[in-house]
Amino acid sequence: MIIKKYNRETLLRFYREMKRVRGFDTKASELFTKAMIAGNIHTCIGQEATAVGGCLALNPSDFIVATHRGHGQCLAKGGDPGMMMAELFGKETGYCRGKGGSMHIANVDIGILGANGIVGAGIPIGVGSALASKILKTMEVTLVFFGDGASNTGEFHEALNMASAWDLPVVFLCENNKYAVSVNIDRVTKVKDIAERAKGYGIPGVITDGCDVLAVHETVKKAVKRARAGQGPTLVEAKTYRYHGHYEGDPQVYRTKEEVLEWKNRDAIERLRKEIIEAGFALEEELAGIDKEVKEEMEAAVLFAQNSPYPEKKEVMTDVYASDNERGVAR
Amino acid sequence: MRQLTYSKAISEALREEMLRNEAVIVMGEDMGVMGSVFGITRGFMEEFGSDRVIDTPISENGFTSIAVGAAMRGLRPVVEIMYVDFTTVCYDAIANQAAKMRYMTGGQLTIPVVIRAPGGAGRRNAGQHSQSLEAIFTHIPGLKVIAPSTPYDAKGLLKSAIRDDDPVVCIEHKLLYAGKGEVPEEEYLLELGKADVKRTGEDVTIIAWSRQVLSALDAAEQLAKEGINAEVVDLRSLVPLDFETISNSVTKTHRAVVVHEAVKRGGYGGEIAAQISEELFDYLDAPVKRVAGLNVIPPFSPALEDYIYPHSSDIVAAVKELLL
Repeated sequence: MIIKKYNRETLLRFYREMKRVRGFDTKASELFTKAMIAGNIHTCIGQEATAVGGCLALNPSDFIVATHRGHGQCLAKGGDPGMMMAELFGKETGYCRGKGGSMHIANVDIGILGANGIVGAGIPIGVGSALASKILKTMEVTLVFFGDGASNTGEFHEALNMASAWDLPVVFLCENNKYAVSVNIDRVTKVKDIAERAKGYGIPGVITDGCDVLAVHETVKKAVKRARAGQGPTLVEAKTYRYHGHYEGDPQVYRTKEEVLEWKNRDAIERLRKEIIEAGFALEEELAGIDKEVKEEMEAAVLFAQNSPYPEKKEVMTDVYASDNERGVAR
Repeated sequence: MRQLTYSKAISEALREEMLRNEAVIVMGEDMGVMGSVFGITRGFMEEFGSDRVIDTPISENGFTSIAVGAAMRGLRPVVEIMYVDFTTVCYDAIANQAAKMRYMTGGQLTIPVVIRAPGGAGRRNAGQHSQSLEAIFTHIPGLKVIAPSTPYDAKGLLKSAIRDDDPVVCIEHKLLYAGKGEVPEEEYLLELGKADVKRTGEDVTIIAWSRQVLSALDAAEQLAKEGINAEVVDLRSLVPLDFETISNSVTKTHRAVVVHEAVKRGGYGGEIAAQISEELFDYLDAPVKRVAGLNVIPPFSPALEDYIYPHSSDIVAAVKELLL
């Protein structure tokens, strides 16, 4: 069993991180439903294993490019839940000082190069980061998250082609949750597995179980090692599922309750919880203790966001340019 | 002073900035082995290596976005889009990515990317290789746009653009490439957002940029023979706009004509005319006039193409109408 390769501390970290991701997005969903958060919220509840398994395969100095369903990715890369939640609230204390919102959380210091509201657009940006690593001769790897929908954009193909042609240190992690908003991937894509497309670029394409955080972790770790060694990119496809709709409030006419239930029965967090207890790494009570801590952490994050000030009106005009003669913005 | 072509001046600007700062790279189609289709980067690959002079596949959106990502990590890429017409296939990279990253991240990210894009008609290249598209960039907050008309301006502005922390679109007119002008040996920079009065006069202000500055100067020569003294303001930088120079000129002449090659409808000339009307109405003796391209697609036929963009005679006629 793969779990035997890990020690208690690491396993509990995986468990805690996945709980944090779910805890954060559960809160976000609740707050949105209560109309306390505006705009759009795309939760990754159900996809925790890809965010956590992927990000924990990186060094702190490595980079990620997140998606519009990216809260989990940012948290797992070291994002502070309070600053993230404040961003969702549009508060001054948010990562982007309220100007980006849910879809654009970024912080270069901790390696988050931003998420993208344009599906697929983050892929070449991640390749650009990898190009910088190559030219600057630093060894950071960039992990690019994207969904099955993005794999049908031109940018996916352009980016994978250039990344493979130039052997760039990048890992492409496709979170295949089966649906691009409402459209089932099988209805718009001939190949059964997105990983198969790697062949077209002469790079490895690997399928992993997106409901098993350790499987995702092992796969991404290998790809990261390969990228760091200068052997070029890997396309990893994690088969996963989002329990909520594309957005909060999505009527989800495109899938059945049975299908959702089937995937919930394969829940990554429950799976790891069971495995940890069965393998004797921790007791039920210890995991319950983590659950409690995470719950408190997320409540504190919400409180921080709620108690934070909104940006001042004058902020609407700042940071359009690094420098200008003010005419460009003012008139 | 020595004379250089516009293309050589651009080439010098790139080379000097690459020598000055290792973070500057150039990328685009045919930039390396070939030295770009207009010869701008000839010899660069030998001098700087293929890591910094990158031949890309025909993937404009992909490689322009790659430049944005590389800029987030500290590089200063200069991207060439072979024809400005092709920026329509990488408009996402320019308008949604490069332009918005700084603001959307609350000032955390800077995107020091320069997008060089040869534009303009007159080479019988037909509808998809001849447009003037500056207005689709001036319309997007977060982008700076320059459109130099002389070798001197092109070099000084491009060097500043490369050192600037914001994304800059540099529109180069293809028919200007072979034209020569004075360029000093010693290094100089020209500040973005500063217009240049190319000719002084008291009777009317002609505002233009890129190749139409030459038409405007030619028109001013013709008008001078008839005793009309036109002032020619070369904007050079469209965003940021140097309204102060426009204002100083129009408050003196009381008449303004805005000239550009791009189609009239929705062109940047409308914006200039509106700003003058809003802010200098009391100084005007006549409505602001626009002399601009016809609202058509650039035709191939040599018998047709030259009718689509303004000539000095059109500017002369417009000025005379204002002075009636």
